[in-house]
Amino acid sequence: MSFILRRLGFYVVAAWVALTVNFFLPRLVPGNAVEAIMAKFPGTLQPAAYHAIEAMLGIGHPGSLWHQYGSYLNDVLHLNFGISSSNFPAHVSTLLAQTIPWTLALVGTATVIAFFLGTLLGILAGWRHGGWLERLLPALMFLQAIPYFFLALLLLYLLAVNTHVFPAGQGYGGGLVPGWDWSFISSAMFHSLLPAFTIVITSVAGWMLQMRNVMITTIGEDYVLAAQAKGLPNRRVIFSYAARNALLPQLQGFGLALGFVVSGAIVMEIVFSYPGIGLLLLNSVTSDDYPLTQAIFLVITFAVLLANLIVDLVIVAVDPRARTREAA
Amino acid sequence: MTTALPINVELPTLPGAPARQLGRWGRLPLKAKAGVILLGFFVLAAIIGPLVAPYAPGYQNPNPALSMNAPSAAHLLGTTQSGQDVLSQVLSGIRLTLELALLVGVIATALSVIVGVAAAFLGGIWDDLLSLLINVFLVIPALPLLIVLLGYLPHTGQTATILVLAGLGWPWGARVIRAQTLSIRNRDFIAASRESGERGWRIIAFEIVPNEVSLIAANFVNTVLYAIGASVALAFIGVTNLSSWSLGTILYWAESQQALQLGAWWWFVPPGLAVALIGTSLVLLNTGIDELGNPRLKDANQRARVNGRRLLPTDPTPVLNAALPTRQRTPVVAFMHSFSRSAYVSDRAQRRLSAPKPSEGQQ
Repeated sequence: MSFILRRLGFYVVAAWVALTVNFFLPRLVPGNAVEAIMAKFPGTLQPAAYHAIEAMLGIGHPGSLWHQYGSYLNDVLHLNFGISSSNFPAHVSTLLAQTIPWTLALVGTATVIAFFLGTLLGILAGWRHGGWLERLLPALMFLQAIPYFFLALLLLYLLAVNTHVFPAGQGYGGGLVPGWDWSFISSAMFHSLLPAFTIVITSVAGWMLQMRNVMITTIGEDYVLAAQAKGLPNRRVIFSYAARNALLPQLQGFGLALGFVVSGAIVMEIVFSYPGIGLLLLNSVTSDDYPLTQAIFLVITFAVLLANLIVDLVIVAVDPRARTREAA
Repeated sequence: MTTALPINVELPTLPGAPARQLGRWGRLPLKAKAGVILLGFFVLAAIIGPLVAPYAPGYQNPNPALSMNAPSAAHLLGTTQSGQDVLSQVLSGIRLTLELALLVGVIATALSVIVGVAAAFLGGIWDDLLSLLINVFLVIPALPLLIVLLGYLPHTGQTATILVLAGLGWPWGARVIRAQTLSIRNRDFIAASRESGERGWRIIAFEIVPNEVSLIAANFVNTVLYAIGASVALAFIGVTNLSSWSLGTILYWAESQQALQLGAWWWFVPPGLAVALIGTSLVLLNTGIDELGNPRLKDANQRARVNGRRLLPTDPTPVLNAALPTRQRTPVVAFMHSFSRSAYVSDRAQRRLSAPKPSEGQQ
């Protein structure tokens, strides 16, 4: 219990750091963020727009820095991220609510699939150390090193542009209205196949290599040999003795690597014009929509923190030692 | 009837006379060698590439017939929409991308060493604070933060990108180096130098850091890998100085000028492949370094063989038991069982009993 509490405290600190960075960034920029925006649109922005931009960025709030900070935290707490400048007059929170489900469904599902598949393959590769799965290692390293968006480009070129097997981007077919009817859902699932495949292919190798390495170290342990010597069935030795112990570093790695996976998936969405949070981030960056960019950063960070918390809970459930020992 | 199988163990080459002739290079794991060669190829391309490149990367051939040409003798990797030579762009791109990644690697690794060693060496409240800092930066996803940071900076030039990438790339290394320093700190030779009155910074610089060189090297390789991935991704979405030619900006222009839809594979495949291959070389290098430290991770090519068949480490001692298992198995159990040593042994025994080879049958 104290382990969970300590981890919870840690995540609160991490969330607070993210919030604070987000708050101070526009105020610490050399020069002035407002002037930077004004300079990017010479002629089109009248000097009178200065105060409007200030208000938009939340800089022009009256009162001291502490007062601004307080009202900023209060706004975030109420999911009030202000108004998007590129999609004026839409609220940032509305835009987020439209895009988050897409990303969550795609990236979440694909990541979980990749994790389980990679871990299982890693268990087998480690157990049959020197077996045929190990022959694939160089290819896997290549997959691990390939940027997500490049694989996305390749797949799109080969399977969508050239051969028309899959749709070339977008989240659902043209002419369909998002809703809970079958034609829309099937179209959305069909459109998400290629992006999901990209995530699985590029991240499965990492999970597998890591699991293999830990597994190889674990099968050298005496308790695995003892379990074998007792004549336990192989699957029991593999999953209950070796893999269960090898899984702990893998789970911890999952939490830390999640940031990478999410980052890669964001860029991948851009290639597929997938209507998720990554595409929104690109649009907000290219149009200097600071409120939207910041809100997306917060959302992604909080999502990763939440996933890490879940991983911690799983670790506590899997590893009895985590319940008793002091948090690392 | 139980017979021991003839085992001929092919020992890995011992570090004896032949290995010494090969020197350090010969004893490197195969993966590390492959990584060094592949990386060396790209470093060479980065050094001499821009010198031998047929065109300036930004040179736009005014001849409209030279726009979007497939690879030919004049343009080995084809041309872009505006008649630029892709090969020349990729060659300059490799140089710029590697330059940036190496600089980020140096700065971030230095930061990791400073923070990691300081946290472990100072201990107490400093360790708590620095560890918290490390863990917080570990858990905050880097790319979105990079995008936000670079979006705010007025000049998204090379220097800004390098500093921001390095500023977010150090915590992975710091975490590992802190752990290593913690274990070194309590060894006897540190206590000895402490007793002999060495100053703290001298202990750090001459006793602790030299003992972490392999760790720092591995961390450097990892950081360079991260820097390449992040900088290319940032350039690809346009958060960089787009007037420079890096592998990422080539991909940016290819994507934004519809190379994909127009079928110009020669425009985006070479730069992407270069990124992937540089990355592969670094992963190989790192795996090699890992294997050097933990020989168990090696490919089991040189392990014991039983009758020509490799013996895997999880297999029990090979003893041929002629009593064959008669139990019926469900398909799932049979699949799992096929991984086991006994399945292999009984399988072989069955084959040998049914058709004994003349040479082996004598035993």
